[in-house]
This record gives sequence, C-alpha cells and structure tokens, in this order.
Amino acid sequence: MLIKIAKASDVRSSEITPRALFDQRRRFLKSAAVAGASLAFGSIGGSAEAAGAKFPDLSKTKWNAETVGKDLTPYRSVTGYNNFYEFGTGKSDPADNAKDFVTRPWAIKVDGHCENPGTYSYEDLVNPHKLEERVYRFRCVEAWSMVVPWVGIPLADIIKRLAPTGDAKYVAFETLNDPERMPGQQRRVLQWPYREGLRLDEAMNPLTLFTVGLYGEELPNQNGAPIRLVVPWKYGFKSIKSIVGISFTDKQPPTSWNMSAPREYGFYSNVNPEVNHPRWSQAKERNIGEFLKKPTLMLNGYQEEVAAMYQGMDMTKNY
Amino acid sequence: MILSRVWTTTLSAPILHAMSRDSLIRRVLKPVVWALSLAPAVWLSWLVWQAFTINPDALGANPVEYINRYLGDWALRFLLIALAVTPIRILTGWAPITRLRRLLGLFAFFYVVLHLSSYIGVDQFFDWWAVWLDIVKRTYITVGMAAFVVLMALAATSTKGMIKRLGGKRWNKLHKGVYAAGILGCIHFFMMRKGLQLEPIIYGGILLTLFAVRALYKLKRG
Repeated sequence: MLIKIAKASDVRSSEITPRALFDQRRRFLKSAAVAGASLAFGSIGGSAEAAGAKFPDLSKTKWNAETVGKDLTPYRSVTGYNNFYEFGTGKSDPADNAKDFVTRPWAIKVDGHCENPGTYSYEDLVNPHKLEERVYRFRCVEAWSMVVPWVGIPLADIIKRLAPTGDAKYVAFETLNDPERMPGQQRRVLQWPYREGLRLDEAMNPLTLFTVGLYGEELPNQNGAPIRLVVPWKYGFKSIKSIVGISFTDKQPPTSWNMSAPREYGFYSNVNPEVNHPRWSQAKERNIGEFLKKPTLMLNGYQEEVAAMYQGMDMTKNY
Repeated sequence: MILSRVWTTTLSAPILHAMSRDSLIRRVLKPVVWALSLAPAVWLSWLVWQAFTINPDALGANPVEYINRYLGDWALRFLLIALAVTPIRILTGWAPITRLRRLLGLFAFFYVVLHLSSYIGVDQFFDWWAVWLDIVKRTYITVGMAAFVVLMALAATSTKGMIKRLGGKRWNKLHKGVYAAGILGCIHFFMMRKGLQLEPIIYGGILLTLFAVRALYKLKRG
C-alpha cells in the first residue's frame, strides 16, 4: 500500500506550511495596521492545518517554492475557496458538501485509441510511480489566482503506460457522475458529467500533472480527490477533478464549459492576458491573499515550457 | 388588514394609544424599517472590522469578491422589496405600507451605490480605464450600469419638491422606470453567474410574481 503514516520529520511540506502561514500573517499585519490586536489572535490562521494522510517522500522538482516567484497560498484558502460545481456553486460549498465523499475504491476507465484499455484502480495507476511535488501558479478564469504545492505524476508517464496508438490525437477526461454522492449534480448547472480534454501533445507536456495531492497530503475532497489534472498554463476549469474516465480520441472532444457557453470558453483556454473574455478582463488577476490586482502573465508564466506547441496558431481564434 | 390589527393589538402602551395613525407610522414603523434596512450594512462593517483585527478569515479567502457580492445581493433584494410594496398592499389591503415605498426604494439605491463603489474603488482600485472597458465590453456590467443610471434618475427625483416640479403624471411615468431597473438587475445577476444557477432564477421568479400580481389587479379593476 502506498500511503504510510510518516514521521513528522519525513514530510517536506511541514517545512513549507509554517512559512506560508508566516508570510500570510505578515501580509495581514501589514494591511491591517493594527498589529497589536492581531498578534494576540495570531494562532487562528493555523487552526485549519493540513489534516489528510501525508505522502511519505516526494521528489523535488525545478518547479518549487523558490522558483515559482510568489508566496504559497495558505492551505486554508486552497482548500476553502473552490470552484467544484459538483458540490455546489458557492466558493465554500465544496468544502462543506464534499466532507463525506468516499474516494476508495476508485476506478478509472481507459478506452479509445490505445493499446492498454481497461478499468484501472487508483492503486494500479498511481503506485508504480514516484510522486513529485510541483509548485505551480494556478489561474482561474474568474481572474483570481493561487500558488499551490501539488503532488502528482507527470501525465506523460501515465499515458506512456496506456500506450496511445497513432490515431490518438486528443485525450478526453470525465469526472464522476453520481448525483447521490455529488449533490451539486442534482441540478443541471452544467451538462453532467463534467468533461475536459487536451491535445495529445498538451497532455504529454512535462508540466501537465496527474495530481493526487497538495501540501504534501492526499487531495482533500473539495480539491478533486482522489485524482485530478493540473494544467498550469490553462484556466483552472481545464484542470478536471475526480477523474473516472480517460479516452484517447482522434477528434477534439467536447468539453463542459465550451458546451455551456462556447463564446466564453474555448477548447484551448490558455491563460492569455491579451485575449478578451466576454465576462472578465483577463489582463489582471487578484492573487488570493493580496489586495491589488497584478498583471496576468502570458500562458500564466509558462511560456518557456509550452509556447512552442502553439506556434503559428491564432490564439485569439483558438481561445 | 391582518397586519394592521397586529399593530394595534401589540402596541398597547397607553402612549401609543394616544398617537395618531400618522405619528405611529412616522415615529415607530419608519424608524424600525430604517434600522432593519441598515442592518446588512452594519453587519458588513462588523465583518470588515473583524477581518482587519481579530479574524482575517471573516470575509473568506477573497474579501474583495465577498464584499462586492454581498452588496450586490442586498441591492437586488431591496429593489425587489421596494417593488413588493404595491403587490403587498393589493394582497393584504394594508394601505400604510405605501408610506414605506420611497424609503425602501432609496435603500435599494443606497446598496446599489455601495455595490458600484466597491467595484470601482476596491475591486478595480480606481482604474477608470479598466472600469470603462468593463462597461463597454462585459455585457453583464453594461446591464448593471444601465440599472444604476435608471435608479439614479429615480433617486434624484424622489423628493416632494421634484414631484411638484415634474407634475404627478410625468413623475409617475418616470418612476415606472423602477420596473426596468428590476428587470435589468435580475438579468445582471443571472449573467454574472456561470452556468445555469438556481439563485438568479429564484430572484427572477420573485420579480415575475410581483409583476403578475400588479397585472392581475389592473386587469380586474379594468
């Protein structure tokens, strides 16, 4: 079994968390201008600390807390401010309504143009791999952003094992569709199940993370347990949660938000401050925990890794 | 009618008996409505104070969004409450409620102004160019601004002096604009939410119900 109860000293993230909280408090003190009163209650920030099962040892990558260029978003914001309409449309609904969501056993059906289709358990997919920690900028289409230390496996490594054939041009993903367990699905906010997709080269890009955790622990339910994608150069809704289906297709697969409002949400949905959105200006973003908006970076700051994939493509048309 | 009976039976203190119906409205009912109408603003101020002092989480992870949505919610609620005055009078026959209509309408405008101010001053931090682009490019903001302009005209002409100056007929015609503001406000809310969400549909349903009560009453009276 993969998950062991580790000694506290084993866990890398225990080094990160207090610093994030420290930074967060410091920021708060600055803005509050009433340092005296807040010091007395300073411990409140630590009460909602990471509570899930910890992953014993994680490889460090070049995408880490030092290189990301921003402070980590506090754990309680990462896990308390979520868009996960399967558990309600309010930002705190997922944390409230996903408490009892059971994610084991968990099966993922793999089909389409690949040599190893079939139904895989969470353990089948995850256990053979070494888990990595990746600190990424996360940019929501609603013009807010976070910095999150994710835990996962490069999606490319998973896809290689599933061995797509030459006909596979895209990978489609599907979220669990179970209104009993996901009460938000009892109303048709979107056409369930939630669907997302990537071009095969996007899915194989080293940045794309098959994600099972954050802050060194298993994914909290409200963050898309037990398995989600993180595609850091695209708007957050592309990073599909609670995945139960992976399909290799030759045609561009339908995706949920594009089906709901095609003018607003394209298939690519790359973070792009220059491409106008009918609902929000994407030129700036508010990093959660900060007051002033800051300019949004082209491809969320991952140009170096991903820009080549879109060479010669009109990003305004293929938004 | 039932409500007015409650009023007279509960307020049994001798001093209140001595009050005329008019002074009861002026000295009791209106102050109570004032206090209730200010309560959401007072509560928000309390949360903001907490966020700056004893509890940084009082306004959630995104305080700017929280404040703006809170004020928008109350602006739309007060608009619907103001629009409910006449239907309530029709349904209950309780005429004195009409005396609250202007007060409630002005409170709707009060929360609209706060909502707009929080968007310009807190969310956009007085980036007027960004605000202008939003008004021109984001349809839901265009619609919201249109509602604001209508309500501003109504608020500016809400005094007795203005009624006299405009003349009752013209004033009445102008103040039919509140229906447009109600419709625009509900559309603004519906468009702001992503996907097909329940809350904006409920607000829209209430608005349509209020319109239906008026329409049926008018039809019945011929």
